[in-house]
Amino acid sequence: MMEIIDKAGKFVSKEYEKEITKEQAQKFYYHMLRIRTFDRKGKALQRQGRIGTYVPFEGQEASQVGSALVLEEKDWMFPTYRDHGATLTFGAEMDRVLLYWNGRVEGSVPSKEKNIYPASVPIATQLPHATGAAMAETYKGTNNVAIAYFGDGATSEGDFHEGINIASVFQAPVVFFNQNNGFAISVPIEKQMNSETIAQKSEAYGIPGVRVDGMDVFAVHFAVKEAFERARNGEGPTLIEAVTWRFGAHTTADDPTKYRDQEETEKKREELDPILRLERFMKNHDMWDEDWAEKIEKEIEAELDDAIVEMEKFQKPDPADMFDYVFEEPTWTIQEQKEILKGATK
Amino acid sequence: MAKMLEKQANESMETTKSMTLIQGVTDGLGTMLDDDENILVLGEDVGVNGGVFRATDGLQEKFGERRVVDTPLSEAGFVGAAVGMALNGLKPVVEIQFLGFIYPAYEQIATHVTRARSRTMGHYHLPMVIRAPYGAGVRSPEIHSDSIEALFTHLPGIKVVCPSNAYDAKGLLVASIEDPDPVLFLEPMRLYRGERVEVPTEKYSIELGKGERIIEGEDVTVLAWGAMVPIAKKAAEQMKEKNISCDVIDLRTLYPLDKDIIAESVQKTGRVVIVHEAQSTGGVGSEITSVINDKAFLYLKSPIERVTGFDVPVPLFALENDYLPTPQRVQDAIQKVIDF
Repeated sequence: MMEIIDKAGKFVSKEYEKEITKEQAQKFYYHMLRIRTFDRKGKALQRQGRIGTYVPFEGQEASQVGSALVLEEKDWMFPTYRDHGATLTFGAEMDRVLLYWNGRVEGSVPSKEKNIYPASVPIATQLPHATGAAMAETYKGTNNVAIAYFGDGATSEGDFHEGINIASVFQAPVVFFNQNNGFAISVPIEKQMNSETIAQKSEAYGIPGVRVDGMDVFAVHFAVKEAFERARNGEGPTLIEAVTWRFGAHTTADDPTKYRDQEETEKKREELDPILRLERFMKNHDMWDEDWAEKIEKEIEAELDDAIVEMEKFQKPDPADMFDYVFEEPTWTIQEQKEILKGATK
Repeated sequence: MAKMLEKQANESMETTKSMTLIQGVTDGLGTMLDDDENILVLGEDVGVNGGVFRATDGLQEKFGERRVVDTPLSEAGFVGAAVGMALNGLKPVVEIQFLGFIYPAYEQIATHVTRARSRTMGHYHLPMVIRAPYGAGVRSPEIHSDSIEALFTHLPGIKVVCPSNAYDAKGLLVASIEDPDPVLFLEPMRLYRGERVEVPTEKYSIELGKGERIIEGEDVTVLAWGAMVPIAKKAAEQMKEKNISCDVIDLRTLYPLDKDIIAESVQKTGRVVIVHEAQSTGGVGSEITSVINDKAFLYLKSPIERVTGFDVPVPLFALENDYLPTPQRVQDAIQKVIDF
């Protein structure tokens, strides 16, 4: 398993030492703290009834930030519903992400500058999309790359195989980024597959496979960066398995105590938490600055408060919207039904 | 009227060629590949082999492997990949070898193909076409003969088109490829190598959502599409001998239905026979009945009759002719609505 820094925040591998700067460590820390603050607020907002069911990702911050910071402006991101840490880091607008969790379709509309496909809910269906978007980049003669995010459970789906197989046949510039967080809702990885690792499945497709410590933001970042470089150089797809852990529930509607000991999970925090690990590393390497840490915490809180205000004062949903975007020109059945709803007794 | 305009358009074009339905498809694909660099053809065996029915015959030779792409045997995978391509500026035309092989791709179609525009309020849209030969009557093996258009007309976000001759095949295929939204393009394999008609070699298109009156009549409206059009026509011709005149309409697009041509005809005749080879329950015929209920109920002189396949899996070919509607069954239904 690829590791750069260990639990104590010390270098395991010196290979990347020169590439890791204070500025970069601060950037990674900032983004991880930002999405964790968002994630905890998301859970709180759901409990207060201010948004709907929320899907938390606490524990996966290093995987999501380390990967998302590799993307360049024109690259493509195909996330799942647990990857808004990655989309926020790549450039999704925070109030829009909140809107999505508040049942608003506006939350799935990507910002104009970034190619972010709406989160795929049907498991693994986004892998073939990433392959196709990447094939289109090759077709157009560009060197942009697509990345597909997916969980451990997704590797049991047919679309996992079909998406990777087609990408491997056409050597499409795509990175398949798996976050193995140990559980698919309640089913642990041992019941999901008989393979020792997810990364080893790359062998079947004749493509590189990398198993990386998903709690080590540097390891994730460099593994993904190298995969992107291969893709940009025409060397085809890579399968990456980031071994991580979901600290919380599957969703706010899920009770993880039904299938695992949550106290055990909290005990693991000391050794697993990716943010603690980076903090230790920064302290060990003279990259930590208490004033800076306080400053970014305040900035993040303020950004989040603003986003919540924006989400809550967002214009009321217009029922016309559900009719107007099915086709470019609404068909007659849709036009008639739109009128029916307008005239319906309220 | 539509027919007349099409004929005029036809006559104004310099050259036509006599084509079978499948040649109309091939010609439509070639015309569009020539027309727009962003169009590509994908599917199993569509390249060197030219498709198992030869619908893409010669296209790879002419346009190269970049434009005419043999994919792995992976319906969900290449329909999903086509979604990614269409998001990213291309216009993929995907071939499903037989409509009965589309089931693995149904999840992609139901959860992504049909929803990308609405999920992003128009930020993304998918100009893609899924072509599939469908239907029984050519002694195909199991599962190769399904006629499941209703599984798609029920899904919001995809248009469903079904030509019955070479002229319509080319014109509707051009319109489908040019449509900014996804289209399922169903090709009646039973008619692939049947009747030849004159087809312009130039590009032309036929508006989606418009049916065509193929026989003008006064007494009974007969509605059909795809492989059932010749059956309906034959039945109508037979009924002439009994002095019953049928208004035979080829619907051509199954979603959205041409409500105007249906209403106009039913308001004139007051009697309706709907013919389709798909199973009866929940078939497109039920939806047409509903359209008539909404647009022409008070004009009806008798209950609507449906002549359809039965609510059974399409049988192996030893029994396929018993499953399929025949001209005689259609004639009997016409007689029934007259006698009511």
